[in-house]
Amino acid sequence: MFDRRLLTHFDFFFLSLIMAVSAVGILNLFSATYSWPVAARPIYQKQIFWLMIGLSIAFTLCLFDYRRLRGLAWPLYMGAVLLLGWAALFGKVSMGARRWIDLGFFNLQPSEIMKIVIIIALAYYFSNRSYPQGCALPDLAVPFLLLGIPFVLILRQPDLGTALIVIFIGATLILFVRIRPRSLLLLGGIAAVAPWFGWFFLKDYQKARIQTFLDPESDPLGAGYHIIQSKIAVGGGGFWGRGFLKGPQSQLSFLPERHTDFAFSVFAEEWGFIGCMGLLFLYFLIIIWGIYIAYRSTDKFGRYLSIGVTGMLFWHAVVNLGMVIGLLPVVGVPLPLFSYGGTNMVTTMTGVGLLLNVSMRRYMF
Amino acid sequence: MVASGKNRFFILVAGVAAIFLILLLRLWNLQVIEGHRYRTQSEDNRIRFVPISPARGPVFDRNGELLVENRPSFNLMVLPREVGEKEVLFARLNAFTGQDPETLEKNWQKGRKQPRYLPLALAEDLGWERMELLAENAVDLPGVFVEAQPVRSYPFGDMAAHVLGYMGQIGEEELQKSDYEGHRGGDFIGKSGLERGLEGHLRGEPGNHLIEVDVKGKKLRILRTREPRPGRQVYLTLDRKLQQVLEKAFGDEAGGAVVVNVHSGEVLAMVSSPCFNPAHFAQGISSAEWQQLLEDHRHPLSNKAIQGQYPPGSTFKIVTALAALESGLVKPDRQVFCPGQIHIGNRRFRCWKRGGHGWTDLRKALKESCDVWFYQVGFETGIDRISAMSLGLGLGTATGIELSGEKKGLIPTREWKRRAFKEDWFDGETVNASIGQGFVLTTPLQLAVMTAAVANGGTVYRPYLVSRIEDPSGELIFQNKPTVVNHVDLKEENVRAVREALTAVVNEQRGTAWSSRLEGVRMAGKTGTAQVVKLKDKIPPNREEEVPYRFRDHALFVAFAPADKPEIAMAVVVEHGMHGSSMAAPICQALFAHYFGVQAVGAREGIVPEGD
Repeated sequence: MFDRRLLTHFDFFFLSLIMAVSAVGILNLFSATYSWPVAARPIYQKQIFWLMIGLSIAFTLCLFDYRRLRGLAWPLYMGAVLLLGWAALFGKVSMGARRWIDLGFFNLQPSEIMKIVIIIALAYYFSNRSYPQGCALPDLAVPFLLLGIPFVLILRQPDLGTALIVIFIGATLILFVRIRPRSLLLLGGIAAVAPWFGWFFLKDYQKARIQTFLDPESDPLGAGYHIIQSKIAVGGGGFWGRGFLKGPQSQLSFLPERHTDFAFSVFAEEWGFIGCMGLLFLYFLIIIWGIYIAYRSTDKFGRYLSIGVTGMLFWHAVVNLGMVIGLLPVVGVPLPLFSYGGTNMVTTMTGVGLLLNVSMRRYMF
Repeated sequence: MVASGKNRFFILVAGVAAIFLILLLRLWNLQVIEGHRYRTQSEDNRIRFVPISPARGPVFDRNGELLVENRPSFNLMVLPREVGEKEVLFARLNAFTGQDPETLEKNWQKGRKQPRYLPLALAEDLGWERMELLAENAVDLPGVFVEAQPVRSYPFGDMAAHVLGYMGQIGEEELQKSDYEGHRGGDFIGKSGLERGLEGHLRGEPGNHLIEVDVKGKKLRILRTREPRPGRQVYLTLDRKLQQVLEKAFGDEAGGAVVVNVHSGEVLAMVSSPCFNPAHFAQGISSAEWQQLLEDHRHPLSNKAIQGQYPPGSTFKIVTALAALESGLVKPDRQVFCPGQIHIGNRRFRCWKRGGHGWTDLRKALKESCDVWFYQVGFETGIDRISAMSLGLGLGTATGIELSGEKKGLIPTREWKRRAFKEDWFDGETVNASIGQGFVLTTPLQLAVMTAAVANGGTVYRPYLVSRIEDPSGELIFQNKPTVVNHVDLKEENVRAVREALTAVVNEQRGTAWSSRLEGVRMAGKTGTAQVVKLKDKIPPNREEEVPYRFRDHALFVAFAPADKPEIAMAVVVEHGMHGSSMAAPICQALFAHYFGVQAVGAREGIVPEGD
C-alpha cells in the first residue's frame, strides 16, 4: 500500500514552514512565561510536547490516502454533531461555558473536532457536484444546513470565536466553489444585516467585548484592559523591538492570557516591526503554499479539502492577529502554532497532516 | 463570483495578500508611526494586577459548631527591588528575630523568577514576639513588611482529620485538569477528604488589586480592588461531641469506626485511627514529616473507615442468618448440635469454642456466636443466597459517600471466583464465608450501613457527610437529603428473630457482648473476630498476648440502639484488637452511653472471649 514514491513527493518545504513557525512560537512562549513561578513545568516544554503529539498525528494521517476520507465524510459529520450535542447536554461547565466532554485524562472539545470535520464534509459534498454557472441559492441549502447545525450548537456553548471560524471556513469554500453574482449579493446583504440581529442573542460578556472594541478607552481598567495593554505592548516594540526577554509589558505586566491568545503581543513587543514582518511573511507563505497545494491537486476532493484547511489556518491567524493589534474585537481565537494550547495544536496539526497528505499524493489516481 | 480555472486561485492569493497587507500596515502604524507614543505609554504604564486569594469556606458540624476555619498567618514579606544587599538584610533579620539565613536564602531563591513588583515571602507564620521585634526594628529593614495570609485552622486539633482532609500545594497534574481552572501554581488546594471533594465549593473566587507602580516596580497606590469572593460554608452531618467521644473511646488502637443515622444514612461520626494533624499541612508539610507519615506501618494517612478492607468475621453472621431465614429453608428454631467442630465434605471446621455449644438454635447461635450452627446452615443456604443478601444489604460495593478513595470490599460469588481464579466454587468456601472469613472483605462504613439496614427493616441508605452548603451570605446552595440505594424485602418475623437474637448478644448473660450493656437503653449488636493469619491452632489460648502485634486478629463490633426502636447504628473495627467483645464492643458502649445519656454497666465483667 505505502508507495516509496510518496516519500520523494513528500512536501518538505511545507513541513519546514510549519516547524519554523512552531520554533519561533516556542521561543516566544519561553519569554512570555519567563517570569512565572518555577514550581510548575514550564509552558514552553509542554508546548514542545504538544507539538510532538501534533506531528505524530500529522505523520500518521499521511500514511493513508486522503481520498479514503470521502467514504467517512458523513459518519464523521454525524459523530461530530452528536459529540457537540452531548457536550451541550452533559458537558463540563468551566468558566461559564459548556464546551468540554470530560474523558478523565483529557477534556475533549467537540467544537475543535468540528472545525476539521466540517471541512471534510463540505469538500466531499462539493466534490460530487459541479456548477458550471456557479451555485445558486437552492444549491446551497445542504451546505447551509451542514454549517448551520454546528454553528448554532457552538454559539450556544457559548463560543463566538469558534462559531465564527466555522462560518468563515464554510464561506471560503462556498466562494471558492463559485457562486452566482446575484446570490452572492443577496448573501452579502444578509451577512451585513445579521450581526445587528445577532446582537440580541449575544451573552453580556460578548456584548461587553464588542463595545469595548469599539471604544476601549471607555473602560480602561475593566474590559478594555486587554486591548489597551496589548496595543501598548505591540506599539512599544517599535521598529527593532525591545529584545528577547526584555519587553517591559510582557515581562512585568499582568496580561492573563499572554501565553495563549495574546502570545503575539509578547512577540511584537520583543521583536518589533521587523520581527512581525518576518513572522507574518512565514504565515503568508504557509497560506500561499496551502493554496498552491490545492492548485496542484488533481482531484476536486483534494482541492476543496486543501482550501478548507488553508482557510481554517488563515482565519485563525487573521482573527487572532486582528484582535491582538486592535483591528477586531477580542473573541478568544488562538494563533495557530504560536498560542499555547494542546487542543489547538492537535487541530492545527491534523489540518497540516491533511495538507501534507494531499500534497504528496498529487500524482496519484 | 464568476471566476474560472486559474482565476479562482489568483483571486484567493490576491485576497490573502490584501488582508496580510492590512495587518502589516496596521503594525507599521502601531509600531513605527505611533511607536514613540506607545513606547512612552509603556514606560509610564505602571498598572499591574496583583491577585488576592479568597478566604476558604468554613466547615461546621450538624449543630453549627465550627470545625475548620481560617486564621491569619503573618508572613515576613520583602520587596526584592528595595533591598540593598540581601546578605546585610539576612544578617539583620537573623540578629533581630533569629531567622536562619540559610532558610531566608532558600525562600529568596524560590521567588527569584516571579514578577519584580510582587513581594516574596521570606518566612511564614511569625509569632507575635517576632512581629513585635520586626516592628521595633523596621527602620533598619527597608523593603520588609508583614502580610497576613489566611491559612486553615482546626479548633479541635486532629479531630475528624480523615473526614475533613488536609491541604497541600497544587501539583502539576492538577493544574492540567479543568476542575482546577483558575488556580495558579503555588495555590493551596484540598488534597484529601472533604477539603478535596468540596474544593469547588470551599475555594471561593480570587480577587485582585489593580496597583500603580513606579518604573522600578515599587507599589505606589491601589487603583481599584476587586474583592475576592470567600468560599461557601459547609455544614456536615457529623456531631462534634459524638466524634470526640468515639475518638476518645478508640484510644491508641488502630482501626476505623462509623456511626450512622438508621433512618437517613447521615454519618454522625467517622473515625480512623491513628490520625494525622491537618494543621501541619496548612502551609505545606515538611518532607521529613510527610515521609514519616507515609512510612508509619499503621498508615495514619489512610481513612480506614472507608479504605480499610477487613474480613467481617462473625459480624457477617447477621447476613448469613437473614439469607438462611429468607430462603425458607431454615427456621429460627432450627437446632444444630455443636460439639466444637463439624465435618462438611471431607473437611473439618472448628468452632471457636473447643468444648462446643451443645444444641443450638438461631438465637443461641448469634448470642454466643456459635460457628458450627452457621457452618451447617450457611452450607445449606448456599453461597448464591448469601452473596445476594450481602450485596443487597450494601456490602461488596462502594457506598457512594462523598469521600474519594472509597474501597469496594469483596463479596465472593461463583462468577467472581471463575473470573479471579479460573476455578469453580468449592463448598468449603461457602462454609468459611458463612462466618465472614475466606474471601469476604468489608469496610467499617459498609458494615455500619448493613447494620442500619437490618435495624430499619431492610432499607439501604447512601451514607452522607455533607448536610448543606451555603453561600457566604447564607443563601442555601445545596441541601442534601436521604437517598435510598436499595430496599431488601425482608419478612417481618425474620427481622424480628434476628433483632431479638442481637439484643440477647448484649443484654443476656453468656451473650458475647454482655459486658458492654447499657443501663436504661437496650443495645443490639454482634461481635466479630477477623483472622489475620491462620496460626491460631499453634497458640494456646492463655498465651495470645505473645502473638506479635501484626499477626493478631482484628476485633469487630456492629450495633444499633435502641434495640426495639433503632435510631443509630455503628460499626467498629479495631485492628489487631484480638477480641470483638473486649476491644470493639466497649467502644460502641461508650458512644451509645453518651448519645442516649445513660450509664455503661458491666464493663470488664464476665467477658466471653470469642475465637474464630
